[in-house]
Amino acid sequence: MEKIGKQTIKFTNLPTILDTASIVGPKEADGPLAKYFDKCLEDEFWGEKTWEKAESKILKETVYSAVKKSNLPISSIDYCFAGDLLNQCISSSFGLRDSNIPFIGIFGACSTFVEGLGLGSIFIDGNAANNVICAASSHFCSAEKQFRFPLELGNQRPQSSQWTVTGAGAAILSSSGTGPFVTHFTPGRIVDMGIKDANNMGAAMAPAALDTLITHLNDTGRKPSYYDAIITGDLGHVGKEILIELAETKGYNIKSNYNDCGVLIFDKNKQDTHAGGSGCACCGTVFSGYLFNMLQNKKYKKILLIATGALMNSTSTQQGESIPGIAHAVSIEI
Amino acid sequence: MKPIETQKKYQEYVDKKSPNSPILKNCFNAFWVGGLICTIGQIIMQICKTRGLDEATSGTIVSIILITLSAFLTSLNIFNKIGKFAGAGSLVPITGFANSIVAPSIEYKSEGYVMGVGSKMFTIAGPVLVFGICSSIIVGILYFIFNTTGITLS
Repeated sequence: MEKIGKQTIKFTNLPTILDTASIVGPKEADGPLAKYFDKCLEDEFWGEKTWEKAESKILKETVYSAVKKSNLPISSIDYCFAGDLLNQCISSSFGLRDSNIPFIGIFGACSTFVEGLGLGSIFIDGNAANNVICAASSHFCSAEKQFRFPLELGNQRPQSSQWTVTGAGAAILSSSGTGPFVTHFTPGRIVDMGIKDANNMGAAMAPAALDTLITHLNDTGRKPSYYDAIITGDLGHVGKEILIELAETKGYNIKSNYNDCGVLIFDKNKQDTHAGGSGCACCGTVFSGYLFNMLQNKKYKKILLIATGALMNSTSTQQGESIPGIAHAVSIEI
Repeated sequence: MKPIETQKKYQEYVDKKSPNSPILKNCFNAFWVGGLICTIGQIIMQICKTRGLDEATSGTIVSIILITLSAFLTSLNIFNKIGKFAGAGSLVPITGFANSIVAPSIEYKSEGYVMGVGSKMFTIAGPVLVFGICSSIIVGILYFIFNTTGITLS
């Protein structure tokens, strides 16, 4: 691998995405992408006593299910890169504590899934591993509890607020295989345009997505039209529109091939999810379920996946801090 | 459109792009649901009075019944739906106050009765209590001062 341009890594021994798995909650199961997910849960607890435990279980089962689908013995997974939104990433570490897979916990807020894909690819290209698994999870109820209000509280959500996706996505990267391949990884820089409204994450993260998108295109010398699809993680309806317009001002037209996982996963009119989905699992499940399927069926041949994250917590919001955004991109081709 | 370079310009742009809440619809729903809750309270009050209870006791009974009802509906996962529909209409009457105490109690039960229910019960209602009590003390002091100097408020 080598660094090209400002901040993009170009892989030479291309890591293959061997297989993926995704498990989602009941709300996502009602959404338009339901048929692409491996398992849809009937309730948010999944037989556990707390939402945190449920989230750990979702992550754990997703990881095991991905390993099972790939037909690899679990002992051949060299490392696991995983993260989530709960304090100190407990969903990932608790979920995988009995797995015996060497564990590298990562945090990139909702961009964690792609951060994992990028880091895992570096491990594989650098011969540090033959197979790695990258996973990320989030849970609507545990996220609401940590970041907003108790679920039973009778309040109204603003129209720009997003709905945290319940679920987990996992992908196995391998040094040998026939694709889809991860060809480039562009880690983003932190971009803060001063948005303070925690109910408008799309607007807070859109400038970071724009920065990573343009940097990636400049570093690789590609045009937006090179990709069959450019997909962001969880900008939602508000952030998606902002990104399209911001890109236009910089001279890039992404209208025709751009979409967002947060827009894809829910039906805005039927599901009352306001500005769309968010959370680590938004990008994780949509990629592991829907996008990977599209790649396998060759409906998409080249995609640019840009996962976006809002690097804040509830204390920083209460202290009046603005929300720094980040976006990591991986280019995936067959 | 020009590229957006400053934070201030971006904020202005975002304000324009972000969808607004349907204020008219929200106000209308808040108005009739809030009115309905208060009417129910008034009906209970009248019943109490016709049974021969005095004003103060009747008021207490109204509060008790509305609080119990709200707590019960909260535990059945119904009150949050009413709250989502009616907004301030169900929040401002005493029903909203009960909901704001019961909701975190349910949510944090998983952290135990002391550090969970006990310490988180007032996370939402706490500020209302603190500032409510503070302002009542200030009003009390003012009343005391004016009252002793010969000016009565009534």
